[in-house]
Amino acid sequence: MYEILRKKELNPTVVLMEVYAPMTARKAQPGQFIILRVDEQGERIPLTIADFDREKGTVTIIFQIVGATTEKLSKLSEGDRLCDFVGPLGVASHTDGLKKVAVIGGGVGCAIAYPIAKKLHAQGAEVHSVVGFRNKELVILEDEFKKASTKLFVMTDDGSYGEKGLVTNKLKELIESGEKYDEVIAIGPLVMMKFVSLLTKEYNIKTVVSMNPIMIDGTGMCGGCRLTVGGKTKFACVDGPDFDGHEVDFDEAIERSNMYKDFEHKRHEETCRLFQKVN
Amino acid sequence: MANMSLVKNKMPHQDADVRIKNFDEVALGYTEEQAVDEANRCLGCKHKPCVGGCPVAIDIPGFIEKIKERDFEGAYEIISRSSSLPAVCGRVCPQETQCESKCVRGLKGEPVAIGRLERFVADWHMKNSKDTPAAPQKNGHRAAVIGAGPAGLACAGDLAKMGYDVTVFEALHLAGGVLVYGIPQFRLPKEIVQREIENLKALGVKIETNAVIGKALAVDELFEMGFEAVFIGTGAGLPRFMNIPGENLKGVYSANEFLTRVNLMKAYREDSDTPILRARNVAVVGGGNVAMDAARSAKRLGAENVYIVYRRGEAEMPARLEEIEHAKEEGIIFKTLTNPVEIIGDEHKFVKALKCVEMELGEPDESGRRSPVVKSGSEFLLQTECVIMSIGTSPNPLIRNTTNGLETNKHGCFVADENGRTSREGVFAGGDAVTGAATVILAMGAGRQAAKAMDEYIRSKSR
Repeated sequence: MYEILRKKELNPTVVLMEVYAPMTARKAQPGQFIILRVDEQGERIPLTIADFDREKGTVTIIFQIVGATTEKLSKLSEGDRLCDFVGPLGVASHTDGLKKVAVIGGGVGCAIAYPIAKKLHAQGAEVHSVVGFRNKELVILEDEFKKASTKLFVMTDDGSYGEKGLVTNKLKELIESGEKYDEVIAIGPLVMMKFVSLLTKEYNIKTVVSMNPIMIDGTGMCGGCRLTVGGKTKFACVDGPDFDGHEVDFDEAIERSNMYKDFEHKRHEETCRLFQKVN
Repeated sequence: MANMSLVKNKMPHQDADVRIKNFDEVALGYTEEQAVDEANRCLGCKHKPCVGGCPVAIDIPGFIEKIKERDFEGAYEIISRSSSLPAVCGRVCPQETQCESKCVRGLKGEPVAIGRLERFVADWHMKNSKDTPAAPQKNGHRAAVIGAGPAGLACAGDLAKMGYDVTVFEALHLAGGVLVYGIPQFRLPKEIVQREIENLKALGVKIETNAVIGKALAVDELFEMGFEAVFIGTGAGLPRFMNIPGENLKGVYSANEFLTRVNLMKAYREDSDTPILRARNVAVVGGGNVAMDAARSAKRLGAENVYIVYRRGEAEMPARLEEIEHAKEEGIIFKTLTNPVEIIGDEHKFVKALKCVEMELGEPDESGRRSPVVKSGSEFLLQTECVIMSIGTSPNPLIRNTTNGLETNKHGCFVADENGRTSREGVFAGGDAVTGAATVILAMGAGRQAAKAMDEYIRSKSR
């Protein structure tokens, strides 16, 4: 079970893996997530589903190497097996009835934005994708987005590729130029989703964001993934991960996401040292 | 010769100052001599009042008689006729309100230590009997069990013994339910749970971990896959919060999350990748067994001051007396008649204090317990960097929301009769998913009752 059938480095810190997980692949929908464990001592980490193939029974995940677990995960090769892989969890993204949508992706968040763009495109919607990265080296999934979008805009912070600027700059420009979107779907770093939501609120455009907080079980049991949405506490694992961006308390979510920063930093360094010794 | 001592043989324990530095089991168990001596306190009453106090009606005088004869394996056989998890129940059953509360010896002095004897017998069996159960002859019928907690495991075990091809679907990566994610190692070593699960596998039970029913598979699909009856034993795992300001600050946990990090994910061990906050001051809100487990775990993680904050008095605490005593021995500070009203954070949104009010007991409420009312002007701050909410859990809605025709009550519990039959033909349920949060033994009993009913149902269908 859970064999890694394909592995590809999308950029120096982002890795794609296609994992054999037929039970998850059968029902997976864009917007849903999985939880995996790399090994017996491993923590459970949630990753949003980037793609799936029901016939092959595979689920694709794309992750950024940010800590000990993703570091260990990135060191696995094709043919290796993950210890645990469970899903699909959470509620699928709602795409019914959408005719014209702006899909905003930031960094590794593009991996999650892509299957939604693909689904919208397949159901005949007009898709304007705006994807942002720090620089040229970090650009991922450009060809995929091209195929799934009516228009694609690639943005980089330093202007080394595409247009220089933030995704919010481009989105504002599009809205100002008269584009009328049924919905904006924003997936990326919390700060990016916050500012996209602030922008679209000014124009009163419905905005959906995908939250990826710290969680353990993914079935509503621990409550660690709780967020404040519209003044009420919600569990991202069962009520989300998609929420109305105008209702999410992003500042609280940003604070909660760094709860274990020190531990994670220490653990990541230990893991890196360990790998250096081995090699 | 009957032992007429008015008190039980004392349970050997790890000393409090030693055990607060480790996660090893606190109670060490009787020796053979202590067990036989305690068994001799049993008068072997003909009317067996203790049996009436046992939710699964174990033949208590029967197994105790075997201990007197030093036939410990014989004692085990008698217990296992009625209980699937004796090593677990001997440790976590509230015997003082069940079997032991009916013991004649308790009229004058302490009752016979039935729970400790049950544990002794189960441990003796584990240590001395090497044979694993043989898989019974299959009857060609298939049954599915959802949830590998006490109810599901008991149901699966009985069905397997009847010859059914049983598959248990478990959402987490490890089977055991609350026995592995909730109850700490120092109260119930996980090796014991593992052993019980190995026994089930030897009986031919298949356990599919990482399988969330209601997400990856629907109940209806289980029937399409050829399962003829389904048992739902999904427990009551959804944590409740108080809905007071500051509950989303960093350092506020549900007891479920805190205990899952410690027990299931082994966050107390150096080699675990799962983080946990190790705070100097910890406040646990609630007065049940789970609150005691959380408080004692926090102490073992190195907290200097651990508080139990409970809005009623100590007499009203739902926790077992033994757990309260153990907690006190370990230096847990009890703030009873105290209710939190707000959690205060620092500039980085970490918890720095719990604002509480003092309470006094008023008139009894519908539960018969005197309900607490706020003492005016009693507000005070408790310095703490971690708050653990242990105020109860509700059933998980995943299956309820994805299965048609399954009746639930206003608390979200499945409606089932005493044999576990739900409003859907072929679907049975039991344990906390039906009763709301209760005990391991009741869940186990419900699982076994349902196994019987599932057997009758499948046989009536295939006739």
